[in-house]
Formats: sequence, structure tokens, C-alpha cells
Amino acid sequence: MVAETRPLSGATAYRRSLWSRLMSDRNFLGFWFMVPAAAILLLFLAWPLILGVWLSMTDTTIGRAGQFIGLENFAWLSDDSVFWLSVFNTFLYTVVASILKFLLGLWLALLLNQHLPFKALLRAIVLLPWIVPTVLSAIAFWWLYDSQFSILSWILVEAGIIDTYIDFLGDMDNARASVIAANTWRGIPFVAITLLAGLQTISPSLHEAATIDGANSWQRFRYVTLPLLTPIIAVVMTFSVLFTFTDFQLIYVLTRGGPLNATHLMATLSFQRAIPGGQLGEGAAIAVAMIPFLLSAILFSYFGLQRRRWQQGGKD
Amino acid sequence: MKFTRRDVLQTGAGLAAGAVGSKLLGAGGAFAQDSLSFKPEEGASLRVLRWRRFVEGDEVQWLANTKKFTEATGVEVRIDNESWEDVRPKAAVAANVGDGPDIIVGWFDDPHQYPDKLVDLTDLAGYLGNKYGGWYPVAERYATRDGRWIGLPLGAAGACMVYRQSWVQEAGFEEFPRDYQEVLKCAQALKKNNRPMGMALGNAVGDGNGWVHTILWGFGGKMVDDNNEVVLNSDETVAALEYVKELYENFVPGTLSWLDSNNNKAFLAGEISATNNGISVYYAAKMSDDAAMKELAKDIYHVNMPIGPVGKPTELHLFTQAMLFNYSKYPNAAKEYLRFMWEREQYEPWQQAAIGYITQPLAAYEQNPIWTEDPKHTPYRDCVKNMLWNGYSGDLGYASAVAMADYIVVNMFAEACAGDRSPKEAAERAAKRAERYYRV
Repeated sequence: MVAETRPLSGATAYRRSLWSRLMSDRNFLGFWFMVPAAAILLLFLAWPLILGVWLSMTDTTIGRAGQFIGLENFAWLSDDSVFWLSVFNTFLYTVVASILKFLLGLWLALLLNQHLPFKALLRAIVLLPWIVPTVLSAIAFWWLYDSQFSILSWILVEAGIIDTYIDFLGDMDNARASVIAANTWRGIPFVAITLLAGLQTISPSLHEAATIDGANSWQRFRYVTLPLLTPIIAVVMTFSVLFTFTDFQLIYVLTRGGPLNATHLMATLSFQRAIPGGQLGEGAAIAVAMIPFLLSAILFSYFGLQRRRWQQGGKD
Repeated sequence: MKFTRRDVLQTGAGLAAGAVGSKLLGAGGAFAQDSLSFKPEEGASLRVLRWRRFVEGDEVQWLANTKKFTEATGVEVRIDNESWEDVRPKAAVAANVGDGPDIIVGWFDDPHQYPDKLVDLTDLAGYLGNKYGGWYPVAERYATRDGRWIGLPLGAAGACMVYRQSWVQEAGFEEFPRDYQEVLKCAQALKKNNRPMGMALGNAVGDGNGWVHTILWGFGGKMVDDNNEVVLNSDETVAALEYVKELYENFVPGTLSWLDSNNNKAFLAGEISATNNGISVYYAAKMSDDAAMKELAKDIYHVNMPIGPVGKPTELHLFTQAMLFNYSKYPNAAKEYLRFMWEREQYEPWQQAAIGYITQPLAAYEQNPIWTEDPKHTPYRDCVKNMLWNGYSGDLGYASAVAMADYIVVNMFAEACAGDRSPKEAAERAAKRAERYYRV
């Protein structure tokens, strides 16, 4: 048998070279490699968000498709004192809890960065509040704050410091302080461990050099540690603010937004109106009203991260 | 819909009611029958979603009854349980997407949120009502819309005043009073003896809403009138607020933070002398292995919620009813299941197993021995008979659901009690909040 190898026709050769050219084209391949990830993002993140925004502009209720009503939901909310109270509560909660988490977390990170005995064990323990499911820790706090069975009140009464049990969750101001304390307790480990990771990337030689130059410990912290830590702080605080701003479980277990809506956050109010209340459109509008605040927190971090001079403690 | 009622009515007399949409309730003779059955579709199987049991016997007996049904008809039934507050969103999703359990046992005004997604149960309800002494008016109110039964009432987790007999007697009352002014005097005397009472004023779905609505309605106040006009800001409401403010001053501290379970804990721990609750507190004590708890159970007594100046009971309880969704592929099997479960042979043993936690919607079941075997059960027998509906005296629907979910009435009372606002201001604010939902 005579083997016959036919020469490639011009067209085939061209096709092949187009194919191989495509296969080695970085833009073409890059596009297709990105498609799965983009599809997932669009499908599971962007689409629900768009749907939520759409929902907020309808009068949808549970069991009935709504009509487009433009911004009417927002107009109604602007006239709703409970909504504005929840906005105030959300800001108070986020600002106070975030500041506390940052300060205490940074302090804890600095402590853990020292040479301590059982360092690994201590670091593991610090993470515990973060690992425990929120609902469980919330239930523990619920008992701690109980108006009749609070162990905190019991200890203080037994020690003769106070006469009557503290009304942790029944008084508006106490309730706010209590939920902020619980959120802070839960959020500190995240801040502390992340900042600790940041601290460990700082070369000891910088501290040595500063020490030789005669810097005291405060100056070393202020002019060496802090500037180098800024990028991490920007990231960790962005996340921390986002988590706090959108908190739900803690409030839902402890107070359901009570007393007198003093601890209703936008997230819990949105749920209350949308699901038990059935007003999906209005609930969505409250959720959508959170977006500008969340977006500004993200943009702040994004631009913060872009500015290397700012990160390094300089001016723009 | 794929079937007509003509296909499903098996009894000759029932054929008279065959025309869809006919006013079956008034038909009288058409339902003067004591047997009705629906023929399950070939190969039918059912999914039922219900709230998770509050007492163990409930679930055990429900499953046993279901098993009996499967044995009798060959229809497999899968029972899913969800925590009671999660049933509402699940049911809503099922209604919205048109898929899910065939039957959902939901709460309050659920059927009125999606009436056109539900199978008409008028024939079944007519039959059961006729056979078992009639539905209590409030049950009919909850389950019907435009003369059509869209739900099948299962009953209500009723609440009574639960109190410590010895402490109430110490305070100078033979039993816990039922007149509002006497209740106030009793609360003051209990407080003076350092045995205060306490009722939830936090965002407690059941216990909080229950007693404040009772008092609001007892004074003649209400959120909306018969035409759904908001009339909350009234002298009657202010009177109710002033009364509760005074009552609250004699409560144990901290009730503004109370959610549904706080009063149970406080009562069983001996921290409070009286509260409003289901029969569960008594049973928790009675069934406890702890001797001290058993002793406590002997001192626990119940009395129906107090009656206000309007002179008739104005109670509010957690009302539950079954809904059959029209996406179900086996509506006849589902109706047959509901019929079977609601018949005396199944319903009464179930009610007994649930230790009277659920009060019947059908008058004949008042005769159930569960209500008399222990005299302490008896007050719970009348809970549904004594109750009004969510959003009284307006319609059940979107507005009543969201107004309740938003705790407008509870918040109004809490505001007045906390002293942040005068009763008048609290009523004004609450009315304004209510108007948002009762707009056209």
C-alpha cells in the first residue's frame, strides 16, 4: 500500500493558523477564561442586586407581583419615623462598634505580637468569638443580658455594688449599648488577627533602626508601625464596617429591634417589613437605601488602597 | 384549575353544590350529611409543611394520624417541620413561585396574602362545620374571603392568665380577677408583696401582641373600623394606654425587653406571680422530674384573659390554619387528607396529645375530655370562642399582616409605658404608622 500524504490546501492551512493564532492570543484566551467567573458574579451577585433594586421600585407584596411605582417607596420611607430611627441606629451601631473594634483589636494585636508564652494557643483562643456561630453567641448574650437571670447583674448585686438588676435590653440607651458591646466582642478577633498578620510583615530591622535613632516606643509605633499597617487597616476596617452595617442575627436574637425600635437596624427593619409583614417592595427599598452607605465605605477603602503616599502616612 | 368540584364530590347530596362559586354555606341541606370523601388521584403523594411542635405529643400524634391516613388510602404523606415563625416566609415563597408543599399549616392572615393561589375549601369546610357544631365566627372570619373558604382553621395556640394561686390569695384575691380594675388592684397588691406580675412589652410576636390587643379592644379602641379607616387615635385607645401604663408600674422590671420566652422562664423561676401564656408553662412544671417543679405545678392556675369595659371577651391568640395551594397536583388527595385529620377520630386524640395547646375552631370539640380531665385546662377551651381577629374590626389582608408584623400596637403601649411619650402622643404616632399601611 502506498501511503499518500496530501498537501494541505491553502484554506485549511489558513484555518489552522487562525485557530493556533487564536489559541495563543492572550486577549482571546483571557476573555474565555474569565467568562465562568464573570458568569458566576453576574448570576449570583449582580443579578440579585439588580432584582433587589427593581423590587424596591415596585409595590410587590408576598404572593402578588407588583407594579412599577418609581421612587414611591422611598418617598414613603422618608416620612416614616421608624425608618429614620433605624438609620440613626445603624449609624450609631456601626460607628461606635467599629471604633471600639479597631482600638481594642489593634491593642490586642500589639499584645499578641509580643513574645508571649503559649503564643500559638493564645492566638487560637482569641479567634474563638469569631468562630462561634453568631446565633449561638447571641443566645449566650441574651442570657447575660436577661432582665431576671443576668449573671452580670447577679454578680454586681451579690457584690453589693448595685441593688436592682440592670435592665440591659429594656431601656433604650442600655439596649443600644448592650448590642454594641456584643457586636464588639464578636468582631474584635477578626480585626486583631488580621492586624497581627500585618504587624508580622513589618521587618524588625526598621524598629531597630528607629531605636538606634533614639525613638521611644510611642514614636516607633507612630512613625514606623502605624504607617506600615495602614493598608491592612484600610482593608480590615472596610470589612468590619460592612459586617457591622449589615448585622442582623445579633439584633434578631437579642431584641427583635426592640425596645421601642431602639435597636432596629436597617437590615432588621427591612426583614421585618418584607417577610413577616409581606411588603417586599418596601423591605427592598430599605435594603437598597443601605447601598449608598456601603458603596461609600468600599470606595473609601478602594481609593485609600490606591494611594501609596497616603498609605505611607504622607499627604496627597 | 384542573379539576372541578363535580369530580371530587362523591356523595349524592353533595352534587347539588357542584357549581363552582356557589354560596355553599347558605346551602344548608346540601351539607346535611355526615360523610364526605374525596377520591385521591392515582399515585398521589403529598407534602405537608407545618410548624414545629411546641409539645412533643402533638407531633407524635399528628404523624400517627397521618400514618393511619396512608394505610387507609395508600397516599404517602411527607411531613416537614419548620420553626413556627419560619412557616410564613416559606409559605409566601411557595405561593410566589408556584411550587412547594401541597399543604402548608400557616398562621394568622396568611391565606389572605395570596387568596388566588389557594384551592377553594368551601365544600370541605361546609361539611366539617355542619358535622361538628359549626365553626366559631372568628375561625370563619380568618378562613374565608368573599364567601369562599381559602383556609381550613386548625385552631389557636391560646393564652390565658397563668398565675400562682397562693400568691394571688396572699394578695387578697380568691383567684386572678377578670375585671380590668380588679386586675390593676391585684397587680398592685402583688407588687406590694414583692410578688410582681409581668407581661411582655418587647417585640414578642405571640405574648406581646396577645395581651395588649386584648386590653386595647377591651377598652373599645381599635386600629381600624369596619371600613378599614384608621381610628386608632381615639379616647378609648388613650384610656387603654393610661391603664396599661399604671399596670406596667406594678410589673417586674425589664418587661420592655421581653420576647416570647422570657415570661415562661421568669414564671417557672418564681420571679413573677402571673403572666399571659399558653398551657406550656403549666405542663413544663407538671411534667418536670424535679420535685420542686411538680410542687409548683400544683400552685399554677389559669383564668381567661380579663374582660374590659366593652363587656365581652376581646382576646387575640396565635391562630393557625391549613392552606391547600392550587399548584398541587393532587388536590383531591390533599382535601381527603385534611378531611381525615379534622374528623373527630383523629382531631380529638391529636388535641389530647398536644395537651390542649391548640384550641379547636369547631364547637363540637369543646366536648373533648382534654378540657375537663384536669380543671386547669378548662379556660383554654374557650380561647377561640373568645377571640377577635388580627386587624379587628377591619379586613384581614396585607395591611393587617404588616401592621401586626411591625408591632405598631405593641410599640404604642411600650412607648406609653416607658414614659417617653404621653399616651396621647403614643396613640397619635401609632395611628400615623397604621395609616401608612391602610392607605388605599
